[in-house]
Amino acid sequence: MKSYIARRLLQLIPVLLGMSIVVFAIIHAIPGDPATVILGDQATPETVADLKAEMGLDQPITTQYASYVKDIVTGDLGTSLKTKKPIKEEIIPYLMATVELMIISMVIAIIIGVNAGILAAWRRASWFDYSAMLIALIGVSIPVFWLGLMEQWIFAEKFGWLPSTGRMNAREPIEAITGLLLLDTTIQGNWTGFVDAFKHLILPGIALGTIPMAIIARITRSSMLEVLNADYVRTARAKGLSELKILYKHSLKNAFAPVLTIIGMLVGLLLGGAVLTETIFGWPGIGRYIYDAIGSRDYPVIQSGILLVSTIFVFVNLFVDLLYARLDPRIKYR
Amino acid sequence: MKRPLLEVKNLKLHYPIDKGFLEKEQNYVKAIDGVNFSLYENETFGLVGESGCGKSTTGKAIMKLIEPTDGEVIFQDRDISKFSRSEMRSVYKNIQLIFQDPFASLNPRKAVGKIIEEPLIVNSNLDSKARQERVNELLETVGLHAYHASRYPHEFSGGQRQRIGIARALALNPKIIIADEAVSALDVSIQSQVLNLLRKLQRELGLTYLFISHDLSVVKHISDKIGVMYLGKIIEQGTKDGVYTKPLHPYTKALLSASPAIKSENRKERIVLKGDMPSPMNPPTGCAFHPRCFAAKPECNKILPELRDVGDGHFVACHLYNE
Amino acid sequence: MESTSEVIKPVEIKAAKKPLWLEGWKRIKRQRSAMFGLSIVLFFILIGILAPVLTSYPYDGFYPDRTLIPPGEEHWFGTDDQGRDIFSRIVFGARISLWIGFFSVIGSIIVGCLLGLIAGFYGKWADSIISRFFDIMLAFPSILLAIAIVAILGPSLFNALIAIAIINIPTYGRLIRSRVLSVKEEEYIMSARSIGMSDIRILFQHILPNSITPIIVQGTLGIATAILEAAALGFLGLGAQPGEPEWGKMLADSRQFLTVAPWTLLFPGFAIMLTVVGFNMFGDGLRDALDPKMK
Repeated sequence: MKSYIARRLLQLIPVLLGMSIVVFAIIHAIPGDPATVILGDQATPETVADLKAEMGLDQPITTQYASYVKDIVTGDLGTSLKTKKPIKEEIIPYLMATVELMIISMVIAIIIGVNAGILAAWRRASWFDYSAMLIALIGVSIPVFWLGLMEQWIFAEKFGWLPSTGRMNAREPIEAITGLLLLDTTIQGNWTGFVDAFKHLILPGIALGTIPMAIIARITRSSMLEVLNADYVRTARAKGLSELKILYKHSLKNAFAPVLTIIGMLVGLLLGGAVLTETIFGWPGIGRYIYDAIGSRDYPVIQSGILLVSTIFVFVNLFVDLLYARLDPRIKYR
Repeated sequence: MKRPLLEVKNLKLHYPIDKGFLEKEQNYVKAIDGVNFSLYENETFGLVGESGCGKSTTGKAIMKLIEPTDGEVIFQDRDISKFSRSEMRSVYKNIQLIFQDPFASLNPRKAVGKIIEEPLIVNSNLDSKARQERVNELLETVGLHAYHASRYPHEFSGGQRQRIGIARALALNPKIIIADEAVSALDVSIQSQVLNLLRKLQRELGLTYLFISHDLSVVKHISDKIGVMYLGKIIEQGTKDGVYTKPLHPYTKALLSASPAIKSENRKERIVLKGDMPSPMNPPTGCAFHPRCFAAKPECNKILPELRDVGDGHFVACHLYNE
Repeated sequence: MESTSEVIKPVEIKAAKKPLWLEGWKRIKRQRSAMFGLSIVLFFILIGILAPVLTSYPYDGFYPDRTLIPPGEEHWFGTDDQGRDIFSRIVFGARISLWIGFFSVIGSIIVGCLLGLIAGFYGKWADSIISRFFDIMLAFPSILLAIAIVAILGPSLFNALIAIAIINIPTYGRLIRSRVLSVKEEEYIMSARSIGMSDIRILFQHILPNSITPIIVQGTLGIATAILEAAALGFLGLGAQPGEPEWGKMLADSRQFLTVAPWTLLFPGFAIMLTVVGFNMFGDGLRDALDPKMK
């Protein structure tokens, strides 16, 4: 197992290197340049050239790439052109906001998706099965941003049950420790803050979690159908175990494996969906942060943001693979 | 003595085994390990052996469908084993292969006429009309009909498909046909039909066959000469009569005694071989057959017996015939 | 068996002649959900074609006298803040969504197939390079990559199409590569080599035709994804430009009227969803009918 992990980590190096090249290439392909962004439209060509030289932008492209890689490896993510703050510090709260949103979405998706899938398989061809699969079909077909808008319309505007934007009530700000507000308020014992943060999470969480939920429900259903026909389940039935016990104890473990394999893919979907969800719900997350940076041509932020998000994604995938290899003895560590 | 049409000299095919991360030594699977034989015009050479002995690989290595590691294949005074892909194209006009599995070797998405026409498209100068005529002629030759050309392989039975495979192999008017287990996938009654077709074609077209099979009774019906393979090597070789009536190698004797359709003259009782053929990844020392041999002598696990002439064109690789 | 007399009899053929695609179509027809999905798709295609006939209001312009009218007899789906008829915009928008969905998938398939074929057939270093390239592409959340590409090319419908085509290349590339790897081992490929067929010919005559079914299935599902991605880019202002009746863009433009004129948001979103449902149902049905192993 140890050598397997080592090998997988080794394989990551060319991918990470390739990613850095792609991101670097994207930055250099985007029209305009940082010097012009900093100095604004009124700058003379001379001052722009001076600043370029100062920033090393007049160096050959390979030199620029080398120094960029060196910066990343030493943990220097650069400075935002807009706020003039180091990105490394600035990006953390945004990242944590997205992480909290993604965790909630995933929890919603797994709880509802897995249960719906199990019950649909259990009562195959029943009205529940049909409606669950219809909802799942709609779930993978609905535009995330439209779902978000409709949620806001119904639950925030019409009924006023839940807040439609932001992470917390502006009048009672929550002090961040980890950046995960549910965790922070728990640590602080701030019950009203916890409820407030939770309420703010519900609508965006559902919007972001819908696609994963639908995918999980479909996969759980089809793998459950296989498992329910397996011999050991029949044996369990013959032994007289209750249906629910069979469903949740004997079958779930085996049915969950396929779900696990796609969790990596789902994280990718969530990271992509986060850009849209965060736009709709005014969520101060990393997707929004990068998107705004592209709009304002804040090159260092685009660069570091995309690279950071993608690196996280790659490592999540690795982690899922390792977890899967650990859980499934049939997989050889080769 | 006649000159051979095709000569296989010391043919070898060694696959490197995937090395572990830290293993230093490179190991090889010796799928073919020094095979020699000759094909003479209008004759059939039968290559027999259990599955995994390397006989099919030998057929494919001759055609360079699998790259041989070493050795020579002399055809028309030239060593075709060193030919490039483009040089091989002219060889394919003369040497063709009939595949074992008539279900897998025909592209399911192509009509039969197209399948038979393909060799003509890539390897002849015939125009479209001449090709169509040739396809129809070939279909009739193998006992099918011209109107079958527009059908798909899945609409045919196994025997019919094998006829399609034969028609395709004949398309370029080859001199040599390598029949790789050509009837093994068929029912016994269909087998004899296809075998008779092959014999008829040999008579009429003057073909030379390399007939590869695990089935001794099938080989007996069609072959003039026989080679018996075991673990990548030919261990006995001779005329059909010589091998079938007077088998020398214990392995050949065991094979013949186990074949119910063959009445061997010195067959007294069935010889049951112990165990399976060893893995070519890790062959036994000395004579590869010694762990299963009923007549093994002490030197058998130390010294590799050479293939030696015992008269009448009969060769055997066994220490029992050293004297 | 010893006799050399002629024993070859003319043999009877069981099935009648039928082209392969006809059999596929018969299997699809039995899939009720596939046919339902197909009818939704055809419905939108028809709407797109007949758009000028179906609408009595232009999809573009500014009409201050009829802004934000609720749905009614005159304007079935109401009007937006510019006074444009939403029904007209949705009908014309069908053209845009279908066009982007279809052509971006075609683009992804062409490039993906080419790379996948090379990787699968030649293996070795070609495979390593191309597979790593796919890994790298897939390491980026796709919408983020699309945003970055549009940022380079500049926002427009066509550039959104290009971006969507690019980000989906690995999906088809990997599919074809694995397909090639399995088809390559088929005996009929060796049989093609045994008649002296060139690699290129084998690739295009044998391997590609035998890989086409999963591509059609994946491509149909891919159109659904591409339509969603195009709408997302339009919503972020990176696809369709002002005036163009793209459904995602319509949602973005009317966001601020969520409370006062919800119909401006209801119908475009519903149109996206229904189209995507259609392609998804059709694609799922195709898969069940043609390629049950895939999933």
